[in-house]
Amino acid sequence: MAKLTIPAEEYMYPGHAACPGCGAALAMRLLLKGLGPRTIVSMPACCWTVIATPYPTTALATGLLDHPIEATGASISGLRAAADAMGLKDLEIVGFAGDGGTADIGLQSLSGMLERRTDAIYVMYDNEAYMNTGIQRSGSTPAGAWTTTTPVAGASHGKPEPKKDVMGIVRAHHPVYAATLNPSFPEDFLRKVERARGLHGPRFLHVFSPCPPGWKYSSERTIELGRLATDSGIFPLYEVGEDGVLSITRRGGALKPVAEYFRAQGRFAHLTEAEIAAIQAAARANWERLLRLATPPPA
Amino acid sequence: MGRQVISGNAAQAHAARLARVQVVSAYPITPQTTIVETIADFVASGELPAQYVKVESEHSALQCVLSASALGARTYTATSSQGLLLMHEVLHWAAGMRAPIVMGVVNRAVAPPWSLGSDHADTMSQRDTGWIQFYAESNQEVLDTVLLAYRLAEDPAVRLPAMVAEDAFYLSHTFEPVEIPSAGEVDRFLPPRDARAVLVPGRGLRLGSFTGPVEYVQFRRQVADAMERVPAVLRNVEREFEEITHRHHGGPLSTYRTDDADTVLVTMGTATTTARGVVDQLRAEGHRVGLAKLRVFRPFPAEELRALADSVGRMGVLDRSFTFGEHGAAATEVRGALYGAPRRPSVSSYLGGLGGRDITPGLVRKVYRSLESGGSELPTWVDLLPEEAPAHG
Repeated sequence: MAKLTIPAEEYMYPGHAACPGCGAALAMRLLLKGLGPRTIVSMPACCWTVIATPYPTTALATGLLDHPIEATGASISGLRAAADAMGLKDLEIVGFAGDGGTADIGLQSLSGMLERRTDAIYVMYDNEAYMNTGIQRSGSTPAGAWTTTTPVAGASHGKPEPKKDVMGIVRAHHPVYAATLNPSFPEDFLRKVERARGLHGPRFLHVFSPCPPGWKYSSERTIELGRLATDSGIFPLYEVGEDGVLSITRRGGALKPVAEYFRAQGRFAHLTEAEIAAIQAAARANWERLLRLATPPPA
Repeated sequence: MGRQVISGNAAQAHAARLARVQVVSAYPITPQTTIVETIADFVASGELPAQYVKVESEHSALQCVLSASALGARTYTATSSQGLLLMHEVLHWAAGMRAPIVMGVVNRAVAPPWSLGSDHADTMSQRDTGWIQFYAESNQEVLDTVLLAYRLAEDPAVRLPAMVAEDAFYLSHTFEPVEIPSAGEVDRFLPPRDARAVLVPGRGLRLGSFTGPVEYVQFRRQVADAMERVPAVLRNVEREFEEITHRHHGGPLSTYRTDDADTVLVTMGTATTTARGVVDQLRAEGHRVGLAKLRVFRPFPAEELRALADSVGRMGVLDRSFTFGEHGAAATEVRGALYGAPRRPSVSSYLGGLGGRDITPGLVRKVYRSLESGGSELPTWVDLLPEEAPAHG
């Protein structure tokens, strides 16, 4: 019988305001299971501003601080400085921001926090667009995706540009830990959160966060889509330590075709076979690049 | 430490040190830089055992101290001009979150064109953010006001952020004798922050949140009510400060020779010192003139102005910034404050000293002369060069 590795304790209350099947809700739930109650969550404008429920209620059993969308890195630096100045021990400081608040408007503040070596965990939950404002493209939206600002009409055929490599940007700052996480693989997710928790210094977690209304799929398929994303090489799971050593944490054998993942989502429904073939080639090249970076190298 | 000859920027830094601030965060901008450099020295030498977070922008500097304040720390930051403008969004957050941050601001012109000169456009454009605003006239007043600002900002009846503004170069880089209180004196005046109503580790408490229209208005009203309680709290705080230091800077509207004056000029910051000298000269020449320094701009001292207006025939307001499409900001507000007053003197608006142009005794004499000859409904630029066509008058 398999050992249960997911802590039973809950620090996110069931009365939250997320859409059914929300990957970001799963991300927070798993994250706090790994971090425990002595956590302060620092949150910019994002879906979770709403998910956490309006005043005077809160969906979290931990402290939660709201702040402007571009300020997550600065906020967690300030929280850590205050904790140190006031002698508050064993306090985990977490920035929990969306992809727009991280990859776009919050990138400067994130870079500052990493460069300052702030002792905190920065989580980017990546639903690949500005979902809280109604599905506008972000720097983290993948190529080809329909959004309300990359429509499928006339000359426009979804987002023309590729997804921004935020992990690459973060790794260039040499944080003590950086990892990709996917709620569809909860054991791997928790192991990474616990590894991050045991370290001091800047840590970055890139969390895959499927979004049923934004990606146009049926909400009961979130876990399945997450598994497909990783197993087709669209969202590989890996971690990088302070020494820069990159380890792939899930190798599912041969990559599944990306078509299965793309055909499951309305946001990609307009893509032609040729476009999907190009994405397939890009996904494979990305996976192979990752394999070359990984230690130990594959046999 | 006793009496030392220091700059206005050093006065800011000494006040932050004496206040035992726990978290400092700042981004360099001329002419604020010597404040944050001096604090860096205090932290490095151990004189100030604070966390000093060097950030990548002013937006981040203010957010950093706001989040630190949300966890209960006493915080300080300083900026100027463009930096203050970049902070604008977070200024609103700080007041709405009732964070008792104290910030030093060196008043400097805003671009374009680039100018390092003294000008109040930076702080004037932050009037509506919910911050208490002080304008200092001397380096002594800078130091004392920062300490007063902490007591005021952290008072449970107030809990609002406060900025202490000083004119670029006239104070920031000018050395004056300053009485630096001892740590013991300041500790008696300013106990550690009472950090109730902040984030508590291990408790499910949300600071910020979002609301519907009902709670939103309630939160905004609480900020408004807190601002209304400032004058009474400031009176007490200044009295206590005087008992310990024997210094008092005259409340939110500090008057000079106004008792029997028929003509009064309202000034802010260092222009006041120049004007005081001119008042003495004009008095010696037999003119019944007086002076009122707007020391606190938010909350606006409307009550004090109405009391002053009761005995005065003509008032002028000398603004060091211009509200495009209107007058000087202070003139507009003085007029607004007096509109409902039982006795209403004429109020003329004068603009001078923008972008670091010197406000000289000669200019101030010109203003009093203009006032005594009836003043003007329209704003008057007082320091235009002969070749510059005046907008009015």
